[in-house]
Order: sequence, then C-alpha cells, then structure tokens
Amino acid sequence: MKRAGGLATAALTAAALTVLLTGCEGVQSALDPAGHQAGRIAGLWWLFLGVLTVIYLLVLAGLLIAAIRPRRRGRLHQGPAFAKEPPIERRLTRGLTAWAVGTGVIILTLTGLSYAVDRDVLGLTGRAELEIEVTAKQWWWQVKYNDPVPSRSFETANEIRLPVGVPVRVVLKSQDVIHSFWVPNLHGKTDLIPGRVNETTLTADREGRFRGQCAEFCGFQHANMALDVLAMPRDRFDAWRAAQLSSAPAPGDALQEQGRQVFLSSACVMCHTIHGTSAASRVGPDLTHVAGRLSLAAGTLPYNKGNLAGWIADPQRIKPGTRMPVTGLSPDQLQGVVAYLDSLK
Amino acid sequence: MSSPFHSAVRTALLAIPLAGLGLAACDREDREPRGAPVGDSGPAAITQGSLYAGEPSPPRPSHREYENNAYHLSQGKQLYTSFNCNTCHANGGGGIGPALMDDKWIYGGTLDNIYATIVQGRPNGMPSFRNKIPEQQVWQLAAYVRSLSGQTPKAASPSRNDTLNAKPAEQRMPKEEPKGSSPGGPNLEGRQ
Repeated sequence: MKRAGGLATAALTAAALTVLLTGCEGVQSALDPAGHQAGRIAGLWWLFLGVLTVIYLLVLAGLLIAAIRPRRRGRLHQGPAFAKEPPIERRLTRGLTAWAVGTGVIILTLTGLSYAVDRDVLGLTGRAELEIEVTAKQWWWQVKYNDPVPSRSFETANEIRLPVGVPVRVVLKSQDVIHSFWVPNLHGKTDLIPGRVNETTLTADREGRFRGQCAEFCGFQHANMALDVLAMPRDRFDAWRAAQLSSAPAPGDALQEQGRQVFLSSACVMCHTIHGTSAASRVGPDLTHVAGRLSLAAGTLPYNKGNLAGWIADPQRIKPGTRMPVTGLSPDQLQGVVAYLDSLK
Repeated sequence: MSSPFHSAVRTALLAIPLAGLGLAACDREDREPRGAPVGDSGPAAITQGSLYAGEPSPPRPSHREYENNAYHLSQGKQLYTSFNCNTCHANGGGGIGPALMDDKWIYGGTLDNIYATIVQGRPNGMPSFRNKIPEQQVWQLAAYVRSLSGQTPKAASPSRNDTLNAKPAEQRMPKEEPKGSSPGGPNLEGRQ
C-alpha cells in the first residue's frame, strides 16, 4: 500500500515537472535557446540542475536515514584520550573526508565549466559582421544600425531584426539610468550604464520572433520596456534594411496630407523624427517607418491602427508616467495623424 | 506620575505630529502625469506692469502644484534640454538669449509670466511655442525656469545634474531677489 502511494506521488511529480518544463518554451525563455550563446548558457543550466539535484537528494537521504535509524548507544569512543582510534571512528573520518573532497571537486568543476562557457560566449565578439547600437531610455529602446557608410545607417525603435547565423555586435548605451538588455532566447543579460559603453554579441541560429525585456529596475514603466527581436533569413533582412533606409512615403490622400500637416505643426514635431519631412527631433522614437513595427510603446501594445489612435489620444492612460504627454489633439486632427502614421510602412 | 501608561501616551502624542510632518513631505513626490483636462487653457492675459488697483490677488493653485513638486520640476529640467532651451539660455547663464538664473526678469518672473513668455514668444529671438508644447509641459518648464534662480522651495528643486555641469544643481543655487528693473516689477505674484 505504502509502495503504491510512493509510486503515485513520483508519477504525479514527474507529470507536474513535465508540465512546468513545457512552460519554458516561448518567445521569452532562457530554456528555449535560439542562439549559440543562449544554447551554451542553457546547457550549463541543465548540467547545474542535474548535478545539484543529485546532491540535494543525497543530502536529504542522509538526513532521513540519520533521523529514522535507531540510536545506538555506547558504541562511540569512550576510552582514554590517546588510545588508538576505534574502527568506527576511522570509518566516519574517512567518509567525511571523502564527502568534503567530493564537494570541493564538484564546486571547482562547476566553476571551471561556468568560466569556460563565459569565455566561449564572450569570445565571439571579434567576429561580428553587423553592428547595432542600442540606447536605453526611460522607457523605450532606441536602435541604430551603424554602417561605415553614414548614408547606410538608419534608426528604428523597440525592434531589432537580425539575419540568421550572423554574429551581430550590439553596442549598449544608456541615456538616463541603468537598464539591462535581456533577450533570454539569444543571450544572457548585459547592463546599459549611463556614461559607459557595453557590448554583447547575438547570434540567432533559427528564424523566429523573440521578446527582450529591460532586466534592471529603471523606474515607473520598467515593466513596459520590452523589445521585439526578429531573426530572419539574410535575403529578407537585406530587403527590410533597404526599405528602412528610404525616407517616409509621401501622403497618399487628403486625410493623410492633413495628418502630416497636423504632425508638423503640433506637439508631435517637438520630439519625433520622420525622415523626408521637417520633423527631426531626437527626444522620442524615430517614426519614419512606424507602421512596419510589431508593437507600440516598447512592447506595450501590438501595432494596429486602433491601438495607435488610443496611444496618441491618451498615452498616460495606457502607460502612466511615460514621457509622451497627452497632446490634446482634436478628434479630426487625431484621425489625420493616425491615417498618416499608419501609412508609414 | 511617570507610569508606563503615561509615558506611552506621551510617546503617542509625540508620534502623531511627527507622522503628520512625514506625510506632508509626500506631496513633494506627487505625480500627476496627465495634466489638466484637454481644453482647459492657461492664463489668458497677464499683467506685466507694476501699477494695479487694490490688493494683490492670491496666487493660482497651479503655482503650488508645479513649484512645490519635485516630479514636475525634474520633468521641466529634462524638457529644458530636450526642447533645446539650453541652446540660447545655456544652463541658465544665458548666451544668445538672456540669463535665467539672475535677478532680472524682462517680462516678469512669476509662473504665469514665464508661461506666457514661452507660449507667446518675445521680440528679438524667443520663438512662440503655442500648440507645440502641451500645456502641462509649459508649466513644468516655467516652474523649472524659476528654480534656476532659487525661486522654488529647496526641498522640491532638482538636487543633481544628469550630466557634467559647470553650475551646481538648482537646489544649491542661491535665491536671487527679483529686481524691478523692467516692466515686470516685484510683488506681481498672482496678479491677473
């Protein structure tokens, strides 16, 4: 009876663990690696989990045996102080020594492995083909694709697109407070520190959409400071890059034209850039191709026309404390601005 | 007389005003990011002369709301560089435009006067930011401009600079007593 109960418990635990581990897959999970670095880190994590689980079970078993074994009195050494050690104490001494040495060896081995993975993950830095400069701001990510030819550099926001299989150097800066750049499926965390330039390298092994998140508390809207990472084949990446380099398309109809006029004559122009117009302020995100992005307001809302309108009408309701103010556009102006921005693919 | 009961009562009586003092300080960090309802506009006409009839009217509640609040002042400080005020006014010392940290106020030194200067623009270079800067941000900027010459409470003024800066943070600036050298005279606080 007891035995059957134990088996049932074990089966239940195994089932629960399996369910838990399936939860590890997804767009933001260090246990679902999609890049070389994340793969090494995940491998190390599983090794640690395995070794430490075995040790934990051994310790618990020892504790259990010590607790339930009947106490044997009078068998420990009670003779004169300098008498020869009795065999039972000798066995105890040997066992404890072996345990201590084993603990030391395991800790040193794990430390060594951790160090080796660390070296391996950082050692890729020199081989990057592409450089992306990410500047963290409260509470969004400015993303610049740098190129030795200045006219081939461009800027976007809250979204990184990468070609699959290419090591990409990510240069990390901060404008205000300490943030941390973390795309769990591709790599570990790296802090962005004001007045300092950090670097990390991302290599995506497969296509996919992943989610990055600020991992260092940075203020009111820290939780809503995410970014989308898209790994795509080289040809599609090149096509996207070429499209990003172009200026914003001209308004297609009267409503869009009216929206453009409103944009250029209201509060929008104080903070945003749209290449191809006179809007060139550097306070908020570059909106040249805003309608082509996957999300709005640093991963707060998925991009669609309705969300865009809601965001412009009252950003403080959606993301309280965000630097984007309530601009007080009239409904007609709002319609125009939304139509215009939605045309900026 | 000094039974444990009495001393406990005395401690409690002492703690109540202390707690009150502590809670009063919470206003300093009050955050009101949404601003006034859309359509609620700022001051329409602002007196800049020093001649007026009767007693001065009490200052508008917005003065307290913006000038005594660390959040609004630090927002103003950020906007000051974001909107390039420092291009002309430097970090308060002036250059292309007049200094903002001294005791001279060409167009008046009250919060309303500075609001009007930003919204309406002024001759010889100050552009009008009407419809360009949302109203709440203008108030924040105006309050920050006042903190540059120490007109705002020290407890609320920004206490540090984000970047290297030749002058100390606003909190440590000496308070300048505005002089009536120009149209905006002293004691204009609250005059409509």
